[in-house]
Amino acid sequence: MIGTRPWLLSAPALVLFLVMLVTPLIMTAVLSFNSFDFYGGIKPTFGLGNYADVLSDSYFYEIFGRTFMIALVTTVIAALIGTPQAYFMLRMHPFWRSVMILVVLGPLLISVVVRTLGWAILLGNNGVINEALRRFDMIERPIKMMYTSGGIVLALVHVMVPFMILAVWAALQRQDPATEKAAESLGAGPFTVFRRIVLPQAMPGILSGSLIVFSLSASAFATPAILGGRRVKVASTTVYDEFLNTLNWPLGAAIAIILLVAVLAIMVAWNRLVEKRFAGVFQ
Amino acid sequence: MIRNGLFAKLFSIVFAVFMLAPLVVVIGVSFTPEGFLEFPPSGISLRWFRAILDNPDFIEAAIMSVQLGVASATIATVICIPAALAIGSGRFAGRDALQALFLSPLTVPTVVLGIAFLRFLSMMGLNGTFWGLVFCHVVIIVPFVLRLVLASVTGLDPSIARAATSLGASDWTVFRRITLPAIIPGVVGGWVLAFITSFDELTVTVFIVNPATTTLPVKLFSHITQTTDPLVASVSTVAILFTVALMLIVDRIYGLDRLLIGEGSR
Repeated sequence: MIGTRPWLLSAPALVLFLVMLVTPLIMTAVLSFNSFDFYGGIKPTFGLGNYADVLSDSYFYEIFGRTFMIALVTTVIAALIGTPQAYFMLRMHPFWRSVMILVVLGPLLISVVVRTLGWAILLGNNGVINEALRRFDMIERPIKMMYTSGGIVLALVHVMVPFMILAVWAALQRQDPATEKAAESLGAGPFTVFRRIVLPQAMPGILSGSLIVFSLSASAFATPAILGGRRVKVASTTVYDEFLNTLNWPLGAAIAIILLVAVLAIMVAWNRLVEKRFAGVFQ
Repeated sequence: MIRNGLFAKLFSIVFAVFMLAPLVVVIGVSFTPEGFLEFPPSGISLRWFRAILDNPDFIEAAIMSVQLGVASATIATVICIPAALAIGSGRFAGRDALQALFLSPLTVPTVVLGIAFLRFLSMMGLNGTFWGLVFCHVVIIVPFVLRLVLASVTGLDPSIARAATSLGASDWTVFRRITLPAIIPGVVGGWVLAFITSFDELTVTVFIVNPATTTLPVKLFSHITQTTDPLVASVSTVAILFTVALMLIVDRIYGLDRLLIGEGSR
């Protein structure tokens, strides 16, 4: 009775996950080994042809390179903004802190499509930013921000920075504010206190936040699809095109599996690195 | 408590502007009297809000999103409560693997989940059906519900349930009278977070809808990628107001930071 009870309680969720998650993922992996031709559709053959196609084509290298570069830059910027912001929030007056919590967490609950629409209005050639700069005679020609990797990074930072703040916030909650006071009483300036006292204690949060932000950015879809379109393609928008426009499902599945494996490999490697480098921090 | 200096205050103000700017322009643009996106609007007009009523597509998509969110959040909550009780109250062989499986949809890139569901549903002949969508959404939102319910289950005192059992209460009575009332904040919080996640979901849903089951985010997405008129802004504004209202209610009864950060963060 004792042995089977947890399994009975978990059975509904377990069955659902086996049917609706494990089976579809296996079917997708199988699909990526099938072949495709434009007249006959998907052929139930079994081979590495799609992977060979992707890995031998510089076009796909460019797409994966861009995907991971965007994710990396987004992660670094989110850490640079999110870490000090989480620290400042901890020291705010309770009223302003609860206002900032709404400002940080509220956008998380609003659809990414809506938020990205806002960035499209801001970044367009006739958008809010370019119009404002032109009105003050700071530029003659609009700065191109739509359909660039830079625009995608900017909007992704906006989507991702709350996750970084949440992670750093959780880490800083565990620190003892007396350590800061001690450093201050010994003559350390605010920047020294931040760098020598706060930052080391925030490190576990920054590292786990970076992992979340990187993996979400590498697989983000709505933001690159709206702000990059067909001109600045990333892995997820390429998969979308293969599935819903070109209809070459096996090739799309192979690209998706490569993305999945790459993201998982980077996450495992990052965890290893963090555990080795910062073993002391997590104790 | 050490207070923030001038730099910290300026940094926070600039950051708040950055976070709110895209939402402010969407709301601003939706009040334009013109036929194109302009900010700041040259006047105040409700023209594009009236236009929503002339486009029943958007209203149908919004109703579909609400139905989908309610159905999938409810199913996810119902299956997560027993699973969380099993995982949260004691060790057993395979427990860590089970928990890892239930949280795994967070790690798999959503686009991969999207095509996996598309492949599966089209082979089953369920592609584009409402219940096909519901069960895909359940898989995506289970991690969110499980984490919140698990957080409140781990705070339970097992001796209370044992006392009830020793007094002759059946397992079901213990669950109904003792356990459920104790974990109800986590359950409600989990349901709301699941509903919002389902309501906003795009990347997976875009692969598995058909014109009859299009959700609001998918409708907005396809509209934005084809044309840009202020209609998308007015629909988005209504969606923002709906979310903000929901958010304020949740913040009152449960606490927004607890919902998104987890138990015990206060």
